[in-house]
Amino acid sequence: MPTPILEVRGLSRMFGHVQALDNADFDISAGEVVALIGDNGAGKSTLVKALSGNLATDSGQILFDGNPIELTSPAQASKLGIETVHQDLALAPHLDPVQNMYLGREIMQDGLAGALGFMKTKVMREKSRVAFDELGATVKSLTSPVGSMSGGQRQAVAIARAISWADRVVFLDEPTAALGVRQTANVLETIRRVGDKGVAVVFISHSMPHVMEVADRVQVMRLGTRVATVKASETSMEELVGLMTGANTKGGAA
Amino acid sequence: MSDSEMPGEDRVRVAEPAENPDIPERHQSRVGSLLRAQAFQILLVLIVIVIIFSALAPDTFGTLSNTRLIVQNASILAVLGVGMTFVIITAGIDLSIGSVLVFSGAVAALVMREIGGEGWGTATIGIIVSILSGMAWGIINGVLIAKAKVPPLIVTLGTLGMALGFALILTGGIDIREAPSVLVGVVGYGNIIGGIPVLSVIALVVIIIGIIVLRFTKFGRYTYAIGSSEDAARRVGVKVDRHLIQVYALTGALAGLAGILSLAQFSTTAIGGQSQTNLNVIAAVVIGGTSLFGGIGTIFGTVVGLFIPAVLQNGFVIIGVQPFWQQVAVGAVLIGAVYVDQTRRAATQRGGKSNSLGRKLVGGNRSQGKN
Repeated sequence: MPTPILEVRGLSRMFGHVQALDNADFDISAGEVVALIGDNGAGKSTLVKALSGNLATDSGQILFDGNPIELTSPAQASKLGIETVHQDLALAPHLDPVQNMYLGREIMQDGLAGALGFMKTKVMREKSRVAFDELGATVKSLTSPVGSMSGGQRQAVAIARAISWADRVVFLDEPTAALGVRQTANVLETIRRVGDKGVAVVFISHSMPHVMEVADRVQVMRLGTRVATVKASETSMEELVGLMTGANTKGGAA
Repeated sequence: MSDSEMPGEDRVRVAEPAENPDIPERHQSRVGSLLRAQAFQILLVLIVIVIIFSALAPDTFGTLSNTRLIVQNASILAVLGVGMTFVIITAGIDLSIGSVLVFSGAVAALVMREIGGEGWGTATIGIIVSILSGMAWGIINGVLIAKAKVPPLIVTLGTLGMALGFALILTGGIDIREAPSVLVGVVGYGNIIGGIPVLSVIALVVIIIGIIVLRFTKFGRYTYAIGSSEDAARRVGVKVDRHLIQVYALTGALAGLAGILSLAQFSTTAIGGQSQTNLNVIAAVVIGGTSLFGGIGTIFGTVVGLFIPAVLQNGFVIIGVQPFWQQVAVGAVLIGAVYVDQTRRAATQRGGKSNSLGRKLVGGNRSQGKN
């Protein structure tokens, strides 16, 4: 088995008296699609926050390409090629999709104009259009503020942004929660395609059919720790639900 | 007014289904005008006011010399307004600009008096000292707001008092009425060809640079992004704290520039004369369509917003109305402007399903403006 692109050993984090992560493990290889499931409060979002540089942990180790790293900021995670779509999407509502897409990564003009802060607006617009088309996203207008768009369109912008920049790992925290049937199908297809490009995709979902449809492997969390990791092809929804609730403890737990 | 709104409202409705993603250019112009809508509505108000005064007093109000007077009087406020627009777009506020103006002018006047001389050497040093003094207060504001996380309203209320206090301490409370003659003669009273005041030319340069920076550079983009969602900006790696400090430093530096311009225009530090300046500038920025909640605004709007009080004051004097009515009228325009902003914000946040009243106001007036 190849070295996992991202591996987590014994991660713990307390919020006051609540043990949000309790010696949690996690691993994912390049090109793999891993679904992270668990009941509310199982520690899924906390784990994703820790792995995207948004949360400091109390103890534990994060290995990237087999090397131990410290993730202290989202910018640092981005540099490693790790991108995250949070549940709240983290878009600037008054900016348009292109401006959001390139926020913090603007393509500058060459030479003096660039040094003065002028940007290649047209290039950014064209590249964004390509990215949205690839996603099959119905982003109606590239020049309207994203705040004026529907939840599905905003989600499409956030997902397109993440997968355009993620070379190695992308985290999607409930990417289909706000979407209609067709958009959901688009997103699931995109997850598959991103995985096929060799990027590791981690997605949190409460929808078992979606998990079964796209995931290679399912990792189940309960009470802040990994209770099982199973191949999607070798499990059933009933088994997964059993593992989430603790009624069933079978599985390749680490 | 409601009669003329109706056709515009209908046209907007009819236009919508025809739009599709294949014609982004149309979107661009439509959205562009929507974003600038309030600035154009207020421009329309300004034009109406000018037409009314011109009709009532054609021989005095509409003259070139009177126009020149209005423009000259608005110039220093315009320099302050450019900085204030940046600050308010970040969802901040700067109450200290009037005091910083006084402080910078006073420090510059003291330095120039020490050096002596009436030439450009002394004047140039004075200009630099004034701008740097203002920038120093701006940096103090910015650091306290971005790093110490004290709300901008409180920080700048504090520095408002401190800057004015230091100006009084430095001067002993007595206005300095000396300034190099070149500064007063050329910058304060000078004209370029065609009788255009040098003060106004300087203000125009600041305005144009401000517009370019805000619209076309990364600095401007981050200013909007931070005002729109500080959290979103932070998560994609924008150095929010540093940017906020730069924005307040810019505003302070412009207040410093305004300080030396004021000294040039009035030949005095006018320590007691700027107590309303901050509120007048904030009112102009808000009237011009910049949202106090951040993320929206234009410098063009601010300039138009400055002219409304200036024209009203001048016009009331000319047609013989008590000039005190100006304050009443400006207050009403201000409240109206914020009301429109509120409804527009509500429309944006509800995912495009606008509050019908807001759409009537924004949409209706906008298409009026096109006619």
